[in-house]
Amino acid sequence: MCLAVPLKVIQINGKDAVGESLGIRRDIRIDFIKDVNLGDYVIVHAGFAIEKIEEEAALENLRLIKEVADALE
Amino acid sequence: MLWNEFKKPKDIEKILSALTKYDKEIRIMEICGTHTVSIAKSGIKGILPKNIKLISGPGCPVCVTPTERIDDILFLSKNKDVLIATYGDMIRVTGSIDGTSLEKRKAEGFDIRVVYSPLDAVKIAQCCKDKEVVFIGIGFETTAPSTAIAIERAINEGVNNFSVFSLHKMVEPVLRKLINMNDFNIDGFLCPGNVAVIIGEEGFRFLEIEFKIPSVICGFEAGDIIYSIYRLIQMRENKDFKLENEYIRAVKQKGNEIARNIMNKYFEPCDDIWRGIGWIENSGLKLKDEYIQYDAVKKFNLDLNPYKNNDFCSCGEVIKGKIDPRECKLFSTVCTIENPKGPCMVSSEGACAAAYKYSD
Repeated sequence: MCLAVPLKVIQINGKDAVGESLGIRRDIRIDFIKDVNLGDYVIVHAGFAIEKIEEEAALENLRLIKEVADALE
Repeated sequence: MLWNEFKKPKDIEKILSALTKYDKEIRIMEICGTHTVSIAKSGIKGILPKNIKLISGPGCPVCVTPTERIDDILFLSKNKDVLIATYGDMIRVTGSIDGTSLEKRKAEGFDIRVVYSPLDAVKIAQCCKDKEVVFIGIGFETTAPSTAIAIERAINEGVNNFSVFSLHKMVEPVLRKLINMNDFNIDGFLCPGNVAVIIGEEGFRFLEIEFKIPSVICGFEAGDIIYSIYRLIQMRENKDFKLENEYIRAVKQKGNEIARNIMNKYFEPCDDIWRGIGWIENSGLKLKDEYIQYDAVKKFNLDLNPYKNNDFCSCGEVIKGKIDPRECKLFSTVCTIENPKGPCMVSSEGACAAAYKYSD
């Protein structure tokens, strides 16, 4: 099941890591992500982080939506 | 928190209001079980006018697995030496004989375990050396790399009593199949965000180049979906048929190369059967010949059931988007969440389960 909410990486031990969201912790694997650091946010699918999400990209994403909304005025 | 803003981005009401004023019929298909659930759960279908039709496509891995393969797995599960490790969604899916399922097998005393990750299946194999552990590998390009990691772990740690029954499938071949059907009538696609995380924007480019069908790679929050539906309508109105990436916070142009490389190291495309659709050329993923000892079908010399397509329920039609779940005569009468008959009701991501739980 694809999760919409990214998990925050709070522990790293090799390719094993712990992700957290709203106090819920989950063991995850980070085999598919380069350079994961503590505090990074990742999207997790079936126990594996499949992508890192940068705050900047999320803000850009919100701008994209806002731009279309603004054009409606 | 920043991520929660996608549930209800600033000014999304403006977009929603524009959508409610749209009065032409448009048929939009989502091809991801999580989109199906998100659309149902958020109530988007109820808010949008009836002329904007949201149709679930073949995006739920459990649902697209044909009965014939469920029967094959049920056959294998009766082998006393075998321990089946599977994701939870698979255990309640019934085979061709009503009432048969992995859950039933478990009740009969056969060894069926639910795992959260394929690596858990390898761990079980390391503990239960007297058993042959078979992991049911299911899912699209998002999940297949994880199965590949499990195979790699088994190889590296010399775990010989582990194998995979691969039901993994790819999205592009089934989309091509749907589009080429004579009665294809979809005006736009909401493309699956997490498959796109792996295969990239480029993985869906064919929709724009070859078929000129408006398509948006879409995130999973309500705001993502409302925005993407609006863009599909704009593209259609402006006759600007292209592929857009709404889920830019997660999906890169080229996807996740590391995940794709490991998937391609262990798997290769093969012809495969889909529920209600039948054989699709190069639509499945099988283990490469050099890893044959980890392929459960080869290891146990299984004689797989030929495709018969004589299912007792209409899941096959629901998957293709040909009928709405409510049009199946079993829906909410014989087939319910409590006692599901078809996989679209069994799977938490299935169109029937979503329609039943979040009735709109």
